[in-house]
Amino acid sequence: MANHSTSHPTHVQHHFVDSDQQFDSAKLGMWVFLVNEILFFGGLFCAYIVYRAWHPELFTQAATELNAFWGAVNTVVLIGSSLTVAMAIRSVQKNQIKGLKINLLITIALAVVFMVVKGFEYAHKFELGILPGELYTYEGIEHAQAAIFFSIYYMMTGIHALHVIIGIGLMWWIYVRANRGEFSSEYYTPVEITGLYWHLVDLIWIFLFPLLYLIE
Amino acid sequence: MATAEVSNTRTLKVKRFKPSEDPKKTYLTEEKGLWSWLTTVDHKKIGLMYLGSVTLFFLLGGVLALLLRTELLTPAKTFIEADTYNQFFTLHGAIMVFFVLVPSIPAALGNFILPMQLGAKDVAFPRLNLASFYIYVIGAIFTFFALVNNGLDTGWTFYTPYSIESNSSVIWVTLGAFILGFSSILTGTNFITTIHKMRAPGITWGKLPLNIWALYATSIIQVLATPVLAITLLLLTMERVFGIGIFDPAMGGDPVLFQHFFWFYSHPAVYIMIVPGFGIISEVITTFSKKHIFGYWAIALSSLAIAFIGFLVWGHHMFTSGQSAVATTVFSFLTFLVGIPTGIKILNWVATLYKGSIEMKTPMIYVFIFLFLFSIGGFTGIMLGSLAADIHLHDTYYVVAHFHYVMMGGTLIALLAGLHFWWPKMTGKMYNEFQAKIGAALIFIGFNMTFLPQFIMGSQGMPRRYYNYIDQFTIFHQTSTIGSYILGVGFLLIAYYLLVSLFRGEKAPANPWGSRGLEWQATSPPDLHNFDHTPVIINGPYDYHKPMEEFQLGLADSGHNGHDPSHDATGAKQEVVSN
Repeated sequence: MANHSTSHPTHVQHHFVDSDQQFDSAKLGMWVFLVNEILFFGGLFCAYIVYRAWHPELFTQAATELNAFWGAVNTVVLIGSSLTVAMAIRSVQKNQIKGLKINLLITIALAVVFMVVKGFEYAHKFELGILPGELYTYEGIEHAQAAIFFSIYYMMTGIHALHVIIGIGLMWWIYVRANRGEFSSEYYTPVEITGLYWHLVDLIWIFLFPLLYLIE
Repeated sequence: MATAEVSNTRTLKVKRFKPSEDPKKTYLTEEKGLWSWLTTVDHKKIGLMYLGSVTLFFLLGGVLALLLRTELLTPAKTFIEADTYNQFFTLHGAIMVFFVLVPSIPAALGNFILPMQLGAKDVAFPRLNLASFYIYVIGAIFTFFALVNNGLDTGWTFYTPYSIESNSSVIWVTLGAFILGFSSILTGTNFITTIHKMRAPGITWGKLPLNIWALYATSIIQVLATPVLAITLLLLTMERVFGIGIFDPAMGGDPVLFQHFFWFYSHPAVYIMIVPGFGIISEVITTFSKKHIFGYWAIALSSLAIAFIGFLVWGHHMFTSGQSAVATTVFSFLTFLVGIPTGIKILNWVATLYKGSIEMKTPMIYVFIFLFLFSIGGFTGIMLGSLAADIHLHDTYYVVAHFHYVMMGGTLIALLAGLHFWWPKMTGKMYNEFQAKIGAALIFIGFNMTFLPQFIMGSQGMPRRYYNYIDQFTIFHQTSTIGSYILGVGFLLIAYYLLVSLFRGEKAPANPWGSRGLEWQATSPPDLHNFDHTPVIINGPYDYHKPMEEFQLGLADSGHNGHDPSHDATGAKQEVVSN
């Protein structure tokens, strides 16, 4: 019964031959998923390109409504969180579980800061009547398609924010598991692949920020 | 006992494992009861659950098709209202594309066969696999909701601006398809990872069965194209909820942009449907020719070539939508290019038959039906891809006939070939060969009778999706309708004898067709973990000139499992030499 070998370490699922195979598979699976995420956002970037090519003057004009200062703050916050998540992975690789937990908590805190800043930005725009599509009532921009710019803005930043929220949930789940002592330098696959996901969320923002905020 | 050497670095002790003809335990007997099915992470059971759901949707879509054909018996109203007719053809299309064709071969047969052909115990992420099935079910519930609540009348393509204005349940179906997309993405992710990381010792890229190559190409398309559909449908939903204006001409948006987005997924989706069918044809044709496949690498790489070129041809759905002349010309040229890898496949399959010992069992009959029907579908596709002809033929029954020849004559016939081929492995029972042949004949006759007249009336100008028609088309429509009834009877017969085989069928031997494929070296039906040993592969999957015992090797000692990550991770050349 070679196929039903029971000599596995506990974290290795029954259908994997060994820990390495499980780790490699999880990592490859995550990379494939990230490719799929890029294509998902790719549709929105494509809509952005098309409308910007048609109405370049609208984009430069409408971008001034976005607050570049808070956008920059959020960029720094998110890049900082990418650093702490990388440090969390480094910690667990060196079997420093305390460092892992601290870095995860800092990452979660930074992600929450990002969401709070984003929330204030949204609230400010809602007050001005800058809402997506048909709900748009703002009169500060003299352009027939002004609403479409903000539709694209809300879709892009909204879906990105949804990814941040999912990321916070994942990070919390990893933290809880770390607390239970499930991770060590022997087994840290979930930490590594959540980190990969988080870097992508960060990376997408790094593209969104200049494309939306810095095009005046 | 024999030994085999792997890359000069280590020696695997192997011995022969002859599959038992009378297995004590199988995946069907080991975990029993409804709950064990609903919570299973076994790829075989998940595959069968997909097969059941796909069959259910096929029945639903098929009944809708027969109702449509019945309405078209007479030029004016026959028995349903025009609005109902619009809803029926929309739902027929949406159900057949999203719920039948896309998941049919990869998620149903692929799930069952892929890990077995790789000698793995399961796919890389079994729980994700189960999740993908439930995501499919949730997507289905949304669509059912639309069905009972207002229906859908936009056509399966959801073109704006009508899909923004329509009073039918557009949101429910688009969200249903959106959710369904995740199921497809998860299956694709799972398959890519499994193929890269879970191959048994000795299975190099050059020894992968062609079915695996086809599923690999399909998975790549699924992962790259489906997210674009997801964002498109999400934007369309937002368009209806908030009126975001991106696709709405009333707000300065662009409906042609929607068509670009939609076809950027939906054309590659055509290859998601057909490429796994190619995989089945390759498996069946070698098994029943008892001969090595002709042009292994040509067939393997042409799948990837189709996947690649398939991404560059979406514009041929939009020749008359107001695309620039340069774009149409380029898209037309690229469309012709897809014909090349497809032609390479057909030629290699036919060459495989040459001097083979051909055995006309039911799966092989379906392969011949496939070659005939799919070639017609392919050639008419080339005609539609040429600009001048397309201006005349677009939106006529010619197009309807073309894609039914490809999707039904191609994918569905390949699915039937695969279903009959692997049925003994999946269920452990043999079906009635005579009834199966009658069924195949009914399908072939009914299919051609239904769709050949549609080529003729389409070329004479009969537009698609019309509720009424002028008298001169009556004879074509009536022939087509009668053909569709024959087709329906054919499918009922297949359902009948397959069900009968489950209860009264003869017990299937482990390898009824004498195939060299690894999946046939498991028992019928297989063990819960597919193999009781770790299989070791030393020959290619189509080496019919080598004796069967060389295909039944497995690791001799239980402690060492033969896995070495440095080999698997790079897909590096592994040479396994048998002594």
